[in-house]
Formats: sequence, structure tokens, C-alpha cells
Amino acid sequence: MSKQEFYLIGAMALVTFLIRYPLFAFSSQIRLPSQLIEALKYLPPAILTAIVVPAILMPTGDKILLSYTNAKLVGAIAAMLVGWQTQNLLATIVCGMLVFFSWQWSLTVFN
Amino acid sequence: MSHSQVERYSPSTEFVAGAKAILPLVIGAIPFGIIFGTLAHSSGLFLAGAIAMSALVFAGSAQFIALGLLATGKALPIIILTTFVVNLRHLLYSLSLVTHVKRLSPIWKLVLGFWLTDEVFAVAIHRYNQGDCEASRRHRSTYKHWYYLGAAIFMYINWQICTVIGLTLGYLIPDATSWGLDFAMSVTFIGMVMPYLKNKPMVVTVIVSGIMALLTQNLPHQSGLIVATTAAIMAGIFTNKMNKHQDNV
Repeated sequence: MSKQEFYLIGAMALVTFLIRYPLFAFSSQIRLPSQLIEALKYLPPAILTAIVVPAILMPTGDKILLSYTNAKLVGAIAAMLVGWQTQNLLATIVCGMLVFFSWQWSLTVFN
Repeated sequence: MSHSQVERYSPSTEFVAGAKAILPLVIGAIPFGIIFGTLAHSSGLFLAGAIAMSALVFAGSAQFIALGLLATGKALPIIILTTFVVNLRHLLYSLSLVTHVKRLSPIWKLVLGFWLTDEVFAVAIHRYNQGDCEASRRHRSTYKHWYYLGAAIFMYINWQICTVIGLTLGYLIPDATSWGLDFAMSVTFIGMVMPYLKNKPMVVTVIVSGIMALLTQNLPHQSGLIVATTAAIMAGIFTNKMNKHQDNV
């Protein structure tokens, strides 16, 4: 490992740990206001959606692609339907991936 | 009733249940871990570096972005700053867990803190929220941190194995990154969001989050993520207040 890599990984590990750990370390001294606890209920779906939506609608990272040629969008719609109907995480992941890969494959074959 | 109520759970049952609960997310992370290993090679991060990064940083999206920045020759401080901003969401995760981990010993806090990721958080918070109300009191347990640990260890080991598989594949099939394996993470997150969509405030939260994430996509160092999340949470709270207000009239 080069010196540069060593510093990079060390610093990334430290920064990440110093985000994840301190609130746990001081958790016994922290009292959260009830409004904040209420707000945190919305956090998991909010943050996951904010990560996923641009990844799907902007497959090249710069512009929105609302078209059948966007295989990620087609796969995501399939995953949402399966997830909504079955409430089964594994089924959602597997169906979403299958639809995505077969759509992507058809696009390359028929173009 | 209460005096005869025996704890239905033990550390080992919780540990196994946690590992089981995260299994779908582990499967979803497999392509993602593999693609990281594959990409590492072409980005100029070699065997020891990639393995060390997965073992010590253990943060999928930050690792990916670091590779992207490395490949385009960005300076070290930029990569570290980006890691910080991208991982800031973990601060919100740990904030959500504060009330649940505060009675644990320092070593538990250290271990659970190191292993806090998107997937582990989603699984652990779901378990912690079970048994809060009278109707679901059979889910009450004093060993929920073992559930968290079981989920975290499974996720961690899987991530290391997938990194190594990806590194191997990277040498064998250099263009595997163009297959779109990164979609696995998106589809996993979709599966994690769907169960939340059971009431109006949550639906509003998700819609606002998606729109805001698109609008703030061009903010530097992925800071749009924090802006979009904050706006979405406020929209959810507001909708909830409006709902209650309507019910009261």
C-alpha cells in the first residue's frame, strides 16, 4: 500500500467513525426533545428516497431520463409494485433486478 | 399477568433473528460489494488498499465516491471532505438510536457505532420500535442490541467477502462495471421504503424527498442529500399536524 493510500484510508475511516460513534458515546447524557424524536420517525424513508430517486431518474448523473430506454426506471417501477403488493423485501429485490437486467438486455438486442 | 411474564428472548435468539432479518439486505449488497472491488482496480486502488478500505471504513456509498474521485485524480482533502458529507446521514441514524443504546456498556457502544450503516440501521430501528405499544408487548425484549449485533456482523462479513470477489473479478472481467450492478442498491432501498408508506405523512415525506433530491442534485459534495432529507421530514411533520387538526375539527 502506498503512503498516499495509507493516509486516505486512515482519514476516511477516522472521519466515518467520528460521525457514527460520538452520539452513542454520550448517549446516556443526551436527552432528546419529544419533537425531535417525532421528526426522526420520518428519517429512514426520507433519506433512502433522497439517495434512490436521483440514482434512478438520472442514470448518467447529469439529466433526468423519463423514458422506456431508462432500464433503471423500469426496474424501479417493477420493484415498487412488487414491494407494495407483497411487502416482501427479498421478492422486491429479486424482481426489480430481474426486470432491470432483462429490460437492459432487450434494449441492447432490439436497438 | 406481569409477575409471571417471562422474557421470551435471549441474546442468541436475538442475534440469529437480527442476522435473518438483514439477509435480504445482505443479498442486495452483494452486487454492490462486488462492483466496488471491480471498480477499485480500474480506479487505481489496489488489493491491500481496497481490502483495508472495506474493512476499516465500511461505508458503501462513501467508498464508491472515493473511488470516483481517485480515478479523476482529486486531491486527498477533497476526498476526505466528501466522505464526511456523504456519511453525515449516519449522524442522524445514531441520533435516532440514542435513546435505545444509552444503557449499554462503553464497549457495546463502540462496536455498534463502528458497524452502523444504512442497512443495519434500517433493521435495528425496526426491531427497537417493536413492542412500544400495549398491543405488541409480546415483542418486548431487553436484548435488542444483540439483534443489532447479529445484523451488523452478517453485513460486515458479507461486505468483506464481496470486496474480495469483486477484486478477483476486476482482474478477470474488466468491463463488469458497465453491467449496471449499482442498481442493486437502488432496488434494495426501494424495498426498505415501501413498508413505511402506510399513512399520508409518510407518503408526503417520500414524495417531497424525491423531488428535493432531484432539485438539489447539483449542490457540491452530495450535500443535497441532507437538504432534501430535512425538507422531507418537515413536510411529513407538517402533514401529520394538518391531519390531526382536521380530525379535531
